[in-house]
Amino acid sequence: MTEMSYLDGNMLDGPLRELFAVDLSAATGRCEACGTTGPMAGLHVYPHAPGLVARCPACQGVMLRLVRTPQRAWLDLRGATYLGIPLPPDQPYPRPL
Amino acid sequence: MSPGFQGRPRSAQPALPPGQYLTEDFPVLSAGPTPKVGPETWEFVVTTEAGAEYRWSWAEFTALPQDTPTVDIHCVTRWSKLGTTWQGVSLDVLLDGVDTGAAYALVHSYGGYSTNLPMADLRGGRAWVVHRYDGGDLPAEHGGPARLLVPHLYFWKSAKWVRGIRLGTTDEPGFWETAGYHDYGDPWREQRYAGD
Amino acid sequence: MNAPPLTWRVARLVERRAETPTARTLVLDVPGWPGHLPGQHVDVRLTAADGYQAARSYSLAAPADGERIELTVQRVPDGEVSPYLIDVWAPGDPVEVRGPVGGWFVWRAADTAPVLLVAGGSGVVPLMAMARARRAAGSRTPFRLIYSARTPEDVFYADELRRRARDDRGLDVTYVYTRAAPVRWRGEPHRIGPADVNTHGWPADLEPLCYVCGPTGFVETVADLLVGLGHQPRRVRTERFGPTG
Repeated sequence: MTEMSYLDGNMLDGPLRELFAVDLSAATGRCEACGTTGPMAGLHVYPHAPGLVARCPACQGVMLRLVRTPQRAWLDLRGATYLGIPLPPDQPYPRPL
Repeated sequence: MSPGFQGRPRSAQPALPPGQYLTEDFPVLSAGPTPKVGPETWEFVVTTEAGAEYRWSWAEFTALPQDTPTVDIHCVTRWSKLGTTWQGVSLDVLLDGVDTGAAYALVHSYGGYSTNLPMADLRGGRAWVVHRYDGGDLPAEHGGPARLLVPHLYFWKSAKWVRGIRLGTTDEPGFWETAGYHDYGDPWREQRYAGD
Repeated sequence: MNAPPLTWRVARLVERRAETPTARTLVLDVPGWPGHLPGQHVDVRLTAADGYQAARSYSLAAPADGERIELTVQRVPDGEVSPYLIDVWAPGDPVEVRGPVGGWFVWRAADTAPVLLVAGGSGVVPLMAMARARRAAGSRTPFRLIYSARTPEDVFYADELRRRARDDRGLDVTYVYTRAAPVRWRGEPHRIGPADVNTHGWPADLEPLCYVCGPTGFVETVADLLVGLGHQPRRVRTERFGPTG
């Protein structure tokens, strides 16, 4: 029961889209603790807590924490070394000099 | 407004801190997988600001004088549960003989959780390390083999699967306190979030 | 991908259909609805007279149809939101809806890889949206649905699934019953296992896209089975739901 108390990272899209213009659940993330990369949608999210805690499915390291208070959102991404975000085709950055 | 929607009862009973509702069951909150710690490997360590360590094995811990507090608990997710019964060891007993002048404590747990609180709140018969709940062994989902119990603060301060306490001269925020939650967390003053 | 900004919109109930004794499909009219992909979900928010709010997520059951959306809601005993939606919500009364949400657990008609859908209980809802979208798009992508339900009475969309399995070419539907099976069903009630997935899914060589939706334990079991049968973890998309009502 308790081991079954997490959801998929899919559910991060709603809470995170309050903050970002893109769907971060479709982004690729790299775990700071073990180096595993994969879709943020594949993280294990523990929602029955004072905030959302998203953990690496391989090592259970915390990759993202989100607390939503009435006045602000607190986002901690220190457990993710990068996010690769799919975007529509456009000029690369940095642009040609 | 959705006509006819009331939601769960939110009573203004005098026994409840502001914004809380009463629950009869015992909701399980978890920020991660439940750590599996058996009594044979469990230990509890108090580390002072000077680096001195005081350790208890399970046998040593359970041989200490036991208290049986009956207390109300208040979760920051707004449920409160009244008259919960526990058994464990008062922090006054555990800290007796610990050579420290520290003002703050960072409690840490098996599984990586942590939470901070002032030393003063651990003393004076207001805090315990408990290993039994409601007449039985403390279930793992509620923090067994042992958890902290500091019922006068929001329940996230009562760290499950407690492993030790690091004493310090500065207030070092723990797991939720680094993500927007209040450093102290008094439910009667509704100190939920940083700045409340 | 860029997603439309999430804003709460006022929805009104158009129709309520019984799926099982405890589940209802709700047809909602949402002015300004931006459209969605099958597999996405919405957040539904209720506000009481004193300002108290409660929100839950529900999968969209049908493909985009203008400003109409459909949800299928299972009544959770002692739940806070589902009993209101099923028993109290009256046509014309406002309820707030935010979405669509989720860009990973989606099926796009342009994708031609074979699809395996594995549903546990009410986890069939977003998978049904995919099967319906397949038909609506005239797609010939082969689909297989394995649907685990407790008893035949617990099957959502039973008539429509029977009809689609007959008429939608390239859509196969298989049931697994965990408590009680129909008389003519071969086998004993059981929890889904390797034989079910192996026999009624796709070989891993075909590199199908697998969508698994259900309670956490069910999804865990099926995802492990699929990976054990050689499917790439990245081709196995999962949506777990917890007991929130």
